[in-house]
Order: sequence, then C-alpha cells, then structure tokens
Amino acid sequence: MDMFKRVPIAVQDPKERVKNFDEVCLGYTAEEAMAEAKRCLQCKHKPCVGNCPVRIDIPRFIKAIADGEFEQAAHILAEYTALPAVCGRVCPQETQCEEKCVRGIKGEAVSIGKLERFAADWARENNIKVGKTKEKNGFKVAVIGSGPAGITCAGDLAKEGYDVTIFEALHEPGGVLVYGIPEFRLPKESVVKPEIENLKRLGVKIETDVVVGRTVTIDSLLNDEGFHAVFIGSGAGLPKFMGIPGENLNGVFSANEFLTRNNLMKAYREDYDTPIKVGKKVAVIGGGNVAMDAARTALRLGSDVTIVYRRTEKELPARVEEVHHAKEEGVKFEMLTNPVEIIGDENGWVKSIKCIRMELGEPDESGRRRPVPIEGSEFEMEVDTVIMALGTSPNPLIASTTEGLEVDKRGCIIVDENGQTTREGVFAGGDVVTGSATVILAMGAARTAAAGIDKYIKEKYGEKTEA
Amino acid sequence: MFEIVEKKFLAPNIVSMDILAPRVANSAKPGQFVIVVADEKGERVPLTICDYDTERGTVKIVIQTIGATTKKIAQLEKGDYLRDFVGPLGRPSDYVNEDLEEVKKRKYLFVAGGVGTAPVYPQAKWFKENGIDVDVIIGAKTKELIILEDKMREVAGNLYVCTDDGSYGFGGMVTAMIEELVENQGKKYDVIVAIGPMIMMKFVCLLTKKYGIKTIVSLNPIMVDGTGMCGACRVNVGGETKFACVDGPEFDGHLVDWDLALQRLAQYKKEEEELAKRGEEKV
Repeated sequence: MDMFKRVPIAVQDPKERVKNFDEVCLGYTAEEAMAEAKRCLQCKHKPCVGNCPVRIDIPRFIKAIADGEFEQAAHILAEYTALPAVCGRVCPQETQCEEKCVRGIKGEAVSIGKLERFAADWARENNIKVGKTKEKNGFKVAVIGSGPAGITCAGDLAKEGYDVTIFEALHEPGGVLVYGIPEFRLPKESVVKPEIENLKRLGVKIETDVVVGRTVTIDSLLNDEGFHAVFIGSGAGLPKFMGIPGENLNGVFSANEFLTRNNLMKAYREDYDTPIKVGKKVAVIGGGNVAMDAARTALRLGSDVTIVYRRTEKELPARVEEVHHAKEEGVKFEMLTNPVEIIGDENGWVKSIKCIRMELGEPDESGRRRPVPIEGSEFEMEVDTVIMALGTSPNPLIASTTEGLEVDKRGCIIVDENGQTTREGVFAGGDVVTGSATVILAMGAARTAAAGIDKYIKEKYGEKTEA
Repeated sequence: MFEIVEKKFLAPNIVSMDILAPRVANSAKPGQFVIVVADEKGERVPLTICDYDTERGTVKIVIQTIGATTKKIAQLEKGDYLRDFVGPLGRPSDYVNEDLEEVKKRKYLFVAGGVGTAPVYPQAKWFKENGIDVDVIIGAKTKELIILEDKMREVAGNLYVCTDDGSYGFGGMVTAMIEELVENQGKKYDVIVAIGPMIMMKFVCLLTKKYGIKTIVSLNPIMVDGTGMCGACRVNVGGETKFACVDGPEFDGHLVDWDLALQRLAQYKKEEEELAKRGEEKV
C-alpha cells in the first residue's frame, strides 16, 4: 500500500446519483478505516488538534481505529463533540485538521473527517451509547434553536444534570441540518434523527412550533416559566439578496427557500404536498456550500445548472469535496462573473440574467483579492430560474423583542468570553453570534456557553435547587 | 399536535375551527397570523387568526377551501389534531402599540372582503374593548358567502353589508360601498383597514388614494416558514423589498406594488393545480 495516498472511499457513481437524493459518499468499511488510520504518524506535537475548533484529540481516536477499537474511538470523540457523524460529513477538514496533517506535506493528508464519520457511524449502527448524565440538579435552562449550537449546548447541560428544554421555531428539530443541508450530503433518518433521539435520551425536552420573540419571549421564559438561564442558538436564518433589478421576478428564489422546500418539506418526494419550482436552466449565485447544495439539488430535480461566482475557483468558500462532487455531477461554473440584472418576460418570469465579467484586484479585509468588474464586459445568460446563495444573517426577531440584548452592526448578538450576552443569564453561540459559519464553530461556541451557563447558575444559586 | 376542539361551517366552503394552542392564544394580537401543517406530509400554510380565548387556551381560525391543503384541513373533525400550529406570526397592527389617546382621535373604517372578514373581527373587537366605535364593511360575492355578520355586529359601531350580486345588503362591491359612504353619506375616515383578496385590496387602495385616506392592508403572499427565513413572501413597499411574514403582514396599501404582488401570488399555480388533481385522484 502507498502510504502517501489515501485509502479510496466508495461513492455513488455520478451518473446514477444525479437521479436520486441518496447519500453520495458511502463511507469506509472497517478494513479500509483501519488501513487509513494506520497512515496517521501519531505526531507528538499534534498540529491537527490545534486546527480543530473543538480540539478533538485526533491522533488518539485514530489510534483506536487503527487498533480496531472502534467503540473506544467513539467514546474519545464524544469527549469533544456531540455530533461526530455530522461533522465527519460537513466540516471543511481541508482548511482545518487535515490542512496541518504532517502526512500532507509529502503526500495526501490522513482522511480525518472520513475516519471521524466511520467511528460515529459504527457506534450508531452497533447501538453504542455515548455520554453519561449526572444526577439532576433541579435548574432549568431554555435553549432556543435545535441546530448544531442548540444540540451541543442542550447535550452538555443535560449531562451536567440540568433540566433542559429546547424551543424550535420550525416543525422539525435539527435546524440547518434538517432544512439546509440536503439528504445526499447528510441523511436525515439515519444520521440526524438519531442525534435528536440521543438528546431526548439524555432527558432534553424539545418543543417545536415555538417562535421565540412571538410565541414566547426571553423575558417570559425567565420570569414566568422559571428558567434559570437561556441559551440563544437561533442561527443565521435571514437570506441575503443582491439588491439588483429584477430580483423579485417569478423564478428568483433564495437558496433558503429552495432548500427548505426540498429538504424540510421534502418537496422532491411525490407523496409530500409542498411544491417546488425549478426551471430547465438554473443559475445559482454564490460559491459556498449552500450554493453547491442548491445547484446539486436543482440538478437532481432535472435542471441544467450553472454556478455564477465572482471570484475564481481558488477562492470558492465551499468544501473541496462538494465542488469536486458538483463538477463530477455536471454542474457548470462561470467564474469571475457577477449578475447585474435579472430580466423578465412579459408575464414577470425570469428569462435571462445579465452578468459582468470580473477580475481580481487588491486583497480586501478578508485577505482575498477583491473582484472588480471589467468595464464593457456585460453579457446575457439565458436562464429561467435564479437561486441566490449569498449567505445569511441572524434573524432580528429575538434581539428586537428582548430589552438590553445588544447586537453589532451586522445584527449579530454580542457575547463575552463565557458566551454571555449583555443580558444577565442570557447566553448565545453559533451563527447568531458570528454570522453564517460552520457547524463545528457553532458547536465550539455552544460548548463554551454551556460551561458559562453552568458557572453562572452555580455561582448565583448554588450546586442544587429543589425543583 | 394541536386538538381541534370545535368546528363549524360558516358558508358552504368556509369552515371555522377552534384549536387548542395555549401559547399562541396567550400571545396573539390583532393583525397577526398562524402557520398550520395538517399532517406529516402536509405543507405549511399561513392562515388568519379570527379570535383567541386565553382562558380556554384556544385560537379560532377560518379557512376557505380553495386548494388541496385547505380542503385537507377542512375535512378534519372536532377531536382530530393538526400536526402543527405555529404563531402568532407577523407584527401586530400598529395601533396596538400606539398611545390609546392618539388612536381614539382617529375614525377607522374596516373593509372586509369574503374570508378576510375573519381577521377583521379581532381588530374590530380590540377597538370595542378599548371603547372605540369603528365602522365595518363586510362584502362578498353573494349572500351565502357573508360570514360572521352577527359577531361583527356586536363589536362594530356601524356595520355595512354588501354583495356583488345584490342578493343581500347593499348591491355592489366593497369599493362601491366605500364610495357610497364617503361621497353620498358624507362619512369622514382617517384610516381605512382593508383585508380580503389581493385584487380587492388593490382596488380599495386605488380608490382611497383618490380620497387621500390612509389605507392599511394585510398581505397574504406565498410563504414557507413564516419567520423570515425563506423570502418567498417578499413584496415591494415604497420601492423597498419587505418580507410580509416579519415586516408585515400589514403595510401602507398606497405604497404596495400590487401588480408585482399579484404576479408573485401566481408563482406556484401550476404545482398547486397538480396537487389538487392528485388529491382528487386519491379520494
């Protein structure tokens, strides 16, 4: 075996998978996982760990896999992360742990993400229960949102003995894992649902259909419902639009709408009632994971899809694997291109999109070279559907209905190093604090906030209370 | 799961249901709406709130059966459950948070079209409870589609009923009724609140603009989540894109781009027809 190369992983054939919504990557077998795990050099200085937002002891769990101790590997992961089966699938490993892998200097980095996924899947398939719960301490904590941040915070606090209730605005728990990330990347029944069930097993109560800021407020939770602290993990749900002419024409959708219809409402299935609209020729605007998800979903619904991105392939914020899969499946890319206007037909439906070519100029605040329009390079692309995948910002509903809760100029909630907001007893973490980011960063922030809540409550009320 | 504790037909295709949803009943204010999911495979459909009872913990909704989903909901009986009932959504009507003394200085006219009578009821009731008399017009195509007349009479100062075909009350559309009140009966109004089919609201606004009377409308565009997440409900108000679910549903009707709103309403027409056909095949 060539130790410089990764053990290849099985994937669904691109020609087949564009016709279904089943998971693309099929995962390692036990033998493959052990062989890949043996490629880990078990470096003493562990550079991979320093590049993981939740500091998973990566060499240690990989060693367990190499030794065939899969259950132990799952227990090691559980010390650091509540959602290894999810993160193994959706983390941008190539810019985190795998970027620093010493194997990667002369060859290919160890497939850390795929090994994490293997250990988590193996534990689930073999009914291994990870995570122990301490004795109940009688304190009540409300968690707003059931996405990665909410799940992590609720799980951590439940294990510490807290009585935790999650309030979810939508009718299914899971947040972006359910409404945003498609089935072909993150299976709902087999991967997401067990994570939710696991939370319930820890004693966490989940109330769906509760919109905090409307159905209840943070103040009513604290004052009338007896919660000792609140964690806000409501994410960044508000879609951005470009503000160009024609954006309200029929056939222009936010990626949020398109993906929510397909994923949460299961519009791709004949037996579900929610409709989805997708034309013959689709332009997806943006270059992140959400853009790839929207493009590959449209492809599976039978469309010819082009991704329009204003920088070059090198700057694409999406995971490398998603870009690779999108290309394999036949998604086209128009790089260094930016829409300037959407043009409609006489009935108000999209008929084309006017774009301008871009070139890269000086680096901007993010360190990436700023795209600048090339004068006179406008051209028209014939499309009948445009999907805007330009990022999202936090929903202002909670901040606007909670007095004393401060946000920054982007509408993100301000927190201190313990995750506490400007309101006492109210903590926050994840996209609602940072703006749209990754699952793993949200989990890291939620973990910090859970520790902050534990400290806050015990300092204020003592170790226990009569419930 | 949310229990249907009462159900009755208000007209052949309009049904009223009381839903046990204490959290929603406690928080609901005039102007707000709910989203309902009938069953596991159902879609999220926005519906207007007709009344709420904090003691019983119930919310009254009124549904006109126009598509597959509203038919599905209307077929449920007392004792059955709705899978989901989310709300109250949207901002309450402006006057709810205004200085009551200021509100009392204005003369309000409510214009309710068809099933739009349901969301007008809690508004008129709010005024009655605050000791303010408002005028209300209820309009429908024909007599049997006039709903909630008796309930409305209890809370309205003056109630005017009109039918397009003249089968009951004043003969003519709500716009003709407004003309009659303003031009012939010399009524003076400071604010008109119009709720009904989009096309009705558009024509009411065209008329009231002529009179220079401020007009508030409640928009009912296509929505998925109803919490600001999808942007399907975007409308152009005064040249700015707004989300009806979180910025509305009530807006200054003279600033709404009605043609765009009507055009967007038709976006899923084909798919809705297919769903309706599928529903009929099943039956």
